[in-house]
Amino acid sequence: MTTRTTATDSIEGISREQLLDFLYQMVFLRRFEEKCGEMYTKGKIRGFLHLYTGQEACAVGAISVLRREDRLVSHYRDHGHAIVKGVDPKRVMAELFGKATGCAGGRGGSMHLYDTSVNFLGGYAIVAGHMPIAVGLGLAAKMSGEDWIAMCIFGDGSIAEGEFHESLNLAALWKVPVLWFCENNLYGMGVHLKESLVTEITKLAAAYEMPAVKVDGMDVIAVHKATREAVEYVRREQRPYFIEAETYRYRGHSMADPELYRVKEEVEEARKRDAIERLRRTLAEHGWLDDEGYQEIERRAEAEVEECVRFAEESPEPSIDTLYDHVLKGDEDARPTNA
Amino acid sequence: MPVLRMRDALREALREEMQRNPRIFLMGEDIGKYGGSYAVTRGLLEEFGEERVRDTPIAESVIVGCGIGAAMAGYHPMVELMTINFSFLALDQIVNNAAKLLYMSNGQINVPLVIRMASGGGSQLGATHSHSLEGLYAHFPGLKVVCPAFPADAKGLLKRAFRDENTVIFIEHTANYGLRGEVPDDPDFVIEFGQANIVRPGSDVTIVGYSGSVHQALRAAELLAEQEEIEAEVIDLRTLRPLDIATVVESVRKTNRCVVVEDDWKFGGFGGEIAALVMEHAFDWLDAPVARVSSKDVPMPYNRNLEYAALPSEEDVVDAVLAML
Repeated sequence: MTTRTTATDSIEGISREQLLDFLYQMVFLRRFEEKCGEMYTKGKIRGFLHLYTGQEACAVGAISVLRREDRLVSHYRDHGHAIVKGVDPKRVMAELFGKATGCAGGRGGSMHLYDTSVNFLGGYAIVAGHMPIAVGLGLAAKMSGEDWIAMCIFGDGSIAEGEFHESLNLAALWKVPVLWFCENNLYGMGVHLKESLVTEITKLAAAYEMPAVKVDGMDVIAVHKATREAVEYVRREQRPYFIEAETYRYRGHSMADPELYRVKEEVEEARKRDAIERLRRTLAEHGWLDDEGYQEIERRAEAEVEECVRFAEESPEPSIDTLYDHVLKGDEDARPTNA
Repeated sequence: MPVLRMRDALREALREEMQRNPRIFLMGEDIGKYGGSYAVTRGLLEEFGEERVRDTPIAESVIVGCGIGAAMAGYHPMVELMTINFSFLALDQIVNNAAKLLYMSNGQINVPLVIRMASGGGSQLGATHSHSLEGLYAHFPGLKVVCPAFPADAKGLLKRAFRDENTVIFIEHTANYGLRGEVPDDPDFVIEFGQANIVRPGSDVTIVGYSGSVHQALRAAELLAEQEEIEAEVIDLRTLRPLDIATVVESVRKTNRCVVVEDDWKFGGFGGEIAALVMEHAFDWLDAPVARVSSKDVPMPYNRNLEYAALPSEEDVVDAVLAML
């Protein structure tokens, strides 16, 4: 590898090591999602599966700013968010396989991942349904005086929901530390944002008296920088902040999507802004990564994904005896009869 | 023992639990300065301050969702939704988040939350403001559903709700708020969930009610005793989830007859669940099919006479009993 000496060995305050790690994480997420798609066609993964391919810079750039104690809630396209927050990807894959070792014991599936040990408090599958929860998390942080914040990731499809407005209003009214992070991939399933929203997303957010910025969601450095500023603000001011990240998903809404609402050229155009290629180029320009180095990253990511699949394959199914577990806490048998 | 109205008994429960547990806070529409639409929270803002008694915007979904989030982070919030009619706007939060997070997360996330709401018709408020949805909430696994009929039960059950690790839907019939009764002032007084109460012993027929309908059942029992020399046993379920069906079954095995009374609609209502469970567990003891007395199958009309006709009355209960003897 050729190396070129730079003054700081960092870009926008992000160290060379962290940037290389960002690249690895994005490549890993892409390989992970591609593998999920493959496992879906093989019938190993069932239900609804929403792949994150194309949006990796959002999860990696933004969530890498959070501390372990910061709470994160997300939407149903949540594999990447869970993994970057620290959920073991082996346990994410096992969850998709419906196995007992999954991060939700096989009870949640793709849209409902959880791991409280790293404060990933859920993927939520009802659009905008987790936004009120984020307000409550922020309120708890504020009332407790503890130094953590809540981050809520949602899609552009949430903006027209009533809960978006109820939540932004209350978060601002009560001045709670919540970072709203909108992944605008232009489509609410198959309906273009232009067909569902009369105004701009950040205008709406700004109307609720909070800083609202737009960032290139295909640029991991820009996402990280914007989120770093946002998180500092939220922590310091104990107030909400809003980021809209303009991104794009390469795959359909879910595995069942024939993509009748967009043309191939649009996807190809978006791929020219690809976040992985972009960071790879930047690192190469700085002399921090050559082709061989990149191939090593890809090999490592593929091996780790294979390890996830092996773990999921070899894991046991949840026992039928556990069917009634966890309906209610503290109650051994939740069934409504004692006759 | 002090005699309190139900609204005062509820307030006593809130006050005692807030004094006991600093993680409890209240939020809801008009619970602070206004003192609550039914005056349950009156005075609590002054006593506990704005941090723990929070007036909210009129936004049911975020009120409940905010409670869920705070509960996930170690608090034990109480959310007041003014009336059960407005809970439709928070249904997704209640059903998809509060009721299911523990299960979906494989036991990692529990939601210790109390959601209070006023229920029932009879006040000429029309179709949108007269719902009785206890049975609707009892339908969902993952929730506990509590619906007291008396002041002492209201206090003991509400205090118990704050010692639960799950979401408790706490439903108060508007007709009961002014009802007086003896209420223990012992701060450790709690009533366990899943314990039906025999509020009137009898040997000839079992009448089962909950929330407001317990009082129709009791009045009907008095009429039956006075006019027909029929001794009805009246059971107040007190909680629908968990449900104490054993007390009902034991009674029916003694009386051989059962009438269920509820303010809800009959079709698909909770009374049908009671009837089915009684048949499953006491079929051979029954001398007549289980009867259901409920609201008529119409949206609640405004006109006083029409509303009275639409609601179950003690005369309806008496007729149902006489028809099965």
